[in-house]
Amino acid sequence: MAIVTKRVSDEREAEEQNFNWVGTRAVRPDGVDKVTGRAKFGADLHLPNMLVGKMLRSPHAHARILSIDISSAEKLPGVKAIVTREDFSDLASEFVPAGEMMVNYRDITRNVMAREKVLYEGHALAAVAAVNAIVAREALALIQVDYEVLPHVLDVVEAMKPEAVLIQEDLLTDGADPPADKPSNIAKRVEFGHGDIETGFAKADVIVEREFNTRPVHQGYIEPHACVASVSEDGQAELWCSTQGHYVVRGHCARILGMDVAKLRVTASEIGGGFGGKTVVYLEPVALALSRKACQPVKMVMTREEVFKASGPASGANMRVKIGATRDGRITAGEAILHYQAGAFQGSPVPPGAQCAFAPYDLEHVRAVGFDVLVNRPKVAAYRAPGAPISEYAVESVVDEVAKKLNIDPIEFRLKNASREGTKASHGPKFGPIGLVETLEAAQAHDHYQSPLQPGQGRGVASGYWFNIGGQSSVTLNTSEDGTVALVVGTPDIGGSRASLGMMVAEELGVELDKVRPMIGDTSSLGYNFLTGGSRTTFATGKVAVDAARDLVSQLRERAAKIWDVPVGDILWHNGEALQKNGRGGPTETLSFRDLAESMGKTGGPLVGQASENVQGAAPSFGTHVVDVDVDRETGRVEILRYTVVQDAGKAIHPSYVEGQYQGGAVQGIGWALNEEYIYDSEGRLENAGFLDYRMPVCSDVPMIDTVIVEVPNPAHPYGVKGVGETPIVPPLAAISNAVANALGIRFSELPMSPPRVLAAIAAASSSK
Amino acid sequence: MAKVTLTGNLRLYTAGVTELEIKASNIRELLRNLGKQYPDLAAQLTDDLAVAIDGKIYQDDWFAAIGPDSEVHLMPRIGGG
Repeated sequence: MAIVTKRVSDEREAEEQNFNWVGTRAVRPDGVDKVTGRAKFGADLHLPNMLVGKMLRSPHAHARILSIDISSAEKLPGVKAIVTREDFSDLASEFVPAGEMMVNYRDITRNVMAREKVLYEGHALAAVAAVNAIVAREALALIQVDYEVLPHVLDVVEAMKPEAVLIQEDLLTDGADPPADKPSNIAKRVEFGHGDIETGFAKADVIVEREFNTRPVHQGYIEPHACVASVSEDGQAELWCSTQGHYVVRGHCARILGMDVAKLRVTASEIGGGFGGKTVVYLEPVALALSRKACQPVKMVMTREEVFKASGPASGANMRVKIGATRDGRITAGEAILHYQAGAFQGSPVPPGAQCAFAPYDLEHVRAVGFDVLVNRPKVAAYRAPGAPISEYAVESVVDEVAKKLNIDPIEFRLKNASREGTKASHGPKFGPIGLVETLEAAQAHDHYQSPLQPGQGRGVASGYWFNIGGQSSVTLNTSEDGTVALVVGTPDIGGSRASLGMMVAEELGVELDKVRPMIGDTSSLGYNFLTGGSRTTFATGKVAVDAARDLVSQLRERAAKIWDVPVGDILWHNGEALQKNGRGGPTETLSFRDLAESMGKTGGPLVGQASENVQGAAPSFGTHVVDVDVDRETGRVEILRYTVVQDAGKAIHPSYVEGQYQGGAVQGIGWALNEEYIYDSEGRLENAGFLDYRMPVCSDVPMIDTVIVEVPNPAHPYGVKGVGETPIVPPLAAISNAVANALGIRFSELPMSPPRVLAAIAAASSSK
Repeated sequence: MAKVTLTGNLRLYTAGVTELEIKASNIRELLRNLGKQYPDLAAQLTDDLAVAIDGKIYQDDWFAAIGPDSEVHLMPRIGGG
């Protein structure tokens, strides 16, 4: 583990040397509760008279719903409420921001509860609230649904064909030129780039063009979706749920159920992983609808099978990438054609996939075209850097092949073409201060890259990019009478944000970290907060937390000025104490935070620091990964021998958490590259809806992931923070594929590189010799 | 006059024009003036939009200042996981 910091000035370096908390590896505030089992996750809440809610789900991949008969189920003793499509208003088509990208309320209401058709196996059809789970399951079995089973389509290429069965009969392709006049499964076409690619390819000495296919993969959070809803007779409602954004949940639920937003209070539980998959609603509106009908609290918890069948994976894709370069290693043009699965409703992350595909490279001629395609699978949801791992896998694989054809070291090749500050990005604007070159140089200098390989082993390299975002955050600091502080934020802690936010506040206030208690407030306790996603929380909520602390310090200085009867301009705040500039002193030479807190009632009332902002200026994070693999030629198993992540963090507030993000992203990428895929039968039913058959990496599958934190500060954050949570999952797919290509001499163009696929490729290569 | 570049599908609503100069002191004014100049584009200038001013990306910020020589890019809104 290492940190490589690019200092912006001697002054800043001096400031950093004086940090008490920022940059340290402080003890996490949520650790004890989590290791003792005290932490309350989504399913842990129990209320008096609480009912159990269960969902009836479609056994078909595609079918028209002819009728739903709940009469027998309603008569079953112990059943308190049943809801179907009849209990949800049909909402008009309206796109709203919701984490990954825009979502459509017409689609959300149909995904929460099927209306005209079921569009994938596991699509919700009806829900029951009963006195216990046994009765609820019995009631589900009594619900009669008549279907007209329809042909289905799972493959993105098949779904684009003119003869493909239409998943939504009225869908016209947005962005088609000329405009589409016939419905198809292609929801959208997008295009980015600049220059003229034909001119660029004409200048190339070497051109490589390849087609790639990837499979959908699930976010794989350990905690299933879970919530408890309680609606009173007067329409006031409370909801507890495992989510990355309880304000977003509140907005969606209120809209779907026709409620006033302020009448619904949502509390985010501890969250057992999200990775983007908990930015949408599935159970929450249904539990509220059941509770509203039953006038009793209702708990709903997905099984693991439901999580796989009914919650969003990342897209699978078909892609074609073409890159040309001169003999001396300069890329002359790059083109990517991307087809992403959206699931049953439009909205795959193909736009950001297209925008990110060539972001690491300074290209004069570049073009990326994306297609958003419906298939009979669950609607995709965000998954760390949504869209980017897929497109950058294809581009970074071809980049590696071009470098090899030119006999240029892959890191040297990337350095020759790397985006730098001022580079016009392939998606349009010029980059500000970015750290790609620094990550490449650090990877090149790393012991890992310099170490020898054994015969038969392979080493791969890939870089990756993600935008990161800012957005709305609201923070309150409530001062207690003993000088301790409650830090209340509205962005659920999915990756250690309570630690990083608390450290920044303690740094600003000049107090011990354990005097600041960070917590997640419910939706009625703070102004609006956008969700935790887009790698935004330590950046955006962090900036707002610093502003709230500075607001509190300003009030503390005013109180000290009053006590000493001097102008506030004479008061300094240093290391948790008020000091007078001229050193005259009042009754005491200094006034501590505790002194001022103890007397706050007598000096003006409660001391509350507040700040709210729609934070802009999120800076992107680039990373470069190096991986060594060995391939068992008899079993086809790819073993990860060594793995190093190098990434720009801007400023690592808590280096251990940053390293954890790097390691977690790399491991999820390893799963994506080597094993994870959905396997369907001929009827479109998922056959591996469980962790025994859906093969995610476990500890024994991976070595210790080494990390290097590069720090190229973001000028839009007081400490220079850039988001780090998403970029680490971008490079692994290509880095591992490149390593396998170097180990075997076989270039894979399909993920996952699972043992059967690797064995088949080895056999094919042997037979062709 | 700010130099404005339209990325993604926006050129479909400007008869293929992707680069233009517009007088605007902030994002709200920019979007209004663009909508007046290209009425078909107005309906696209919605929440599903990010605006980069001299490389810094803004989302939902009507009053972010645009300088007379600023380079502005209109692009799809960015989310995350």
